[in-house]
Amino acid sequence: MSEIFSIPANLAPKESYSTKVSQNGVTSHATFTVKTGLAQNLKGGVIMDVINAEQARIAEEAGACAVMALERVPADIRKQGGVARMSDPKMIKEIKGAVTIPVMAKVRIGHFVEAQILESIGIDYIDESEVLTPADEENHINKHNYKVPFVCGAKNLGEALRRINEGAAMIRTKGEAGTGNIVEAVRHMRTITREIRKASLMSDEELYSYAKELQAPYHLLKETAKLKRLPVVNFSAGGIATPADAAMMMQLGCDGVFVGSGIFKSGDPVKRAKAIVQAVTHYDDPKILAEVSEDLGDAMVGINIDTLSNDQLLSKRGW
Amino acid sequence: MIRTYNGDFQQSQAQLKFGVLALQGAFQEHIHMLQNIPQVSSAIPIRKAEQLKTIDALIIPGGESTTMALVAERSGLMEPLREFVRSRRPTWGTCAGMIMLANEANKTKKGGQGLIGGLDITVNRNQFGSQIDSFESLLHINHITTSSDDLFPAIFIRAPIISSINSSNIEVLARLEHDVGETDASAIVAVKQGNLLGTAFHPELTNDDRIHRYFVQLTQDYYNTENERKINNL
Repeated sequence: MSEIFSIPANLAPKESYSTKVSQNGVTSHATFTVKTGLAQNLKGGVIMDVINAEQARIAEEAGACAVMALERVPADIRKQGGVARMSDPKMIKEIKGAVTIPVMAKVRIGHFVEAQILESIGIDYIDESEVLTPADEENHINKHNYKVPFVCGAKNLGEALRRINEGAAMIRTKGEAGTGNIVEAVRHMRTITREIRKASLMSDEELYSYAKELQAPYHLLKETAKLKRLPVVNFSAGGIATPADAAMMMQLGCDGVFVGSGIFKSGDPVKRAKAIVQAVTHYDDPKILAEVSEDLGDAMVGINIDTLSNDQLLSKRGW
Repeated sequence: MIRTYNGDFQQSQAQLKFGVLALQGAFQEHIHMLQNIPQVSSAIPIRKAEQLKTIDALIIPGGESTTMALVAERSGLMEPLREFVRSRRPTWGTCAGMIMLANEANKTKKGGQGLIGGLDITVNRNQFGSQIDSFESLLHINHITTSSDDLFPAIFIRAPIISSINSSNIEVLARLEHDVGETDASAIVAVKQGNLLGTAFHPELTNDDRIHRYFVQLTQDYYNTENERKINNL
């Protein structure tokens, strides 16, 4: 089952195709191709945080391509404090029963048993997430050991490639969850793009040393430089609250968006959810963006990041 | 309407324009594959009804069929897509795209879902279970594979199957090779009906472009025949 990284096909343009493939012919489950394949299917879509079956149905009707089942949205985790953990499997199962789109759920960083539990109830994707309180301050989960695919957060290219090396089949830029403030998501997306652009101009000698600087595995850095993009699907997350926020992240080059507190902490969740879905599809059409941005009611209030103390910054979690 | 030939049809090389429905899903992957096929002059993402008028053939990609249907409805695309299929221009749906092209779908979200229709089939959405039941398998496919040495690598991601065929005009192109979970090997996973193609799996997630080449050839043959027919009728 633990399979090494392979490049998902056709994420980036390529020169030619072979008509013969070497494969052993039997039906095989949980290959890296199958794990990255679901992420490729989610592209151009919105993954919404939901805390119960009713919200999950609203998200599905709005056009979410998947839902993230969790007990408290990040904004409430911030407000209420305490240790944030994996959700009750019963609640996750209810959400799974209510919708036909994929259901994701979060585990604490390094908490491999929470991951085993979620795998056993047939969750479609696991988010090893800094939004929950970390369970291990040195190690992330060895994600190769699971049949279920993982998505992980990253602030920069080194962090993204370390997660992929551990078996993540999808990346999301972290942003600062639960703030309704897009500034960190933009910073992380721009950082990753800048570092990829830099790497793509480097010679092999330079890539060896750049890999050291980024603390990234050389072979993944080299693939990234060649593809000129992250070698797995990359969504944006953390602070997306409006259709314009979502479209901006798409124009900055992400493959889709996660919206956490931004929908169900707003004045009119149904309308806002639909608007963000339309905005992600039509991200480069300002006319449509203007139409869908009209009359959405109150956005979530939001927090200025510089008013948060260092220990309240979720994006610092993850190593 | 023939846009594929300009001027003297006998001498010009066909230049076909392809569109890939780009509302949500793995549309870029299809575009990357089409761009390497010589007869394809362009492959563009389709997000608006007026863009449908500019293309010769359409691919509806994998993704979430509920999302695609809802966004299509809200973007005023559902009826133009049905019109496109009715006009007999070649259309191919992969996974969610095949669901969209089916006349009937089971296991849909509460309240059902919008379909474009065109293929006289019934599909079962999400036949195999959750993501951990997604799989890869080598398949025999009519018109594509010739022997057991060149089977097609099929990737099934939360995939549908064709649970029933509702017309004698449907040609079955592929079935599963083995039982997978509770689904037995006779399950139909690829069909053709006239200019419509449906595959439950994802050729765009592989490095094998044989089905893409087949679809391009089908498109070219269709416009060649149409062109000759029009000339003969002059």
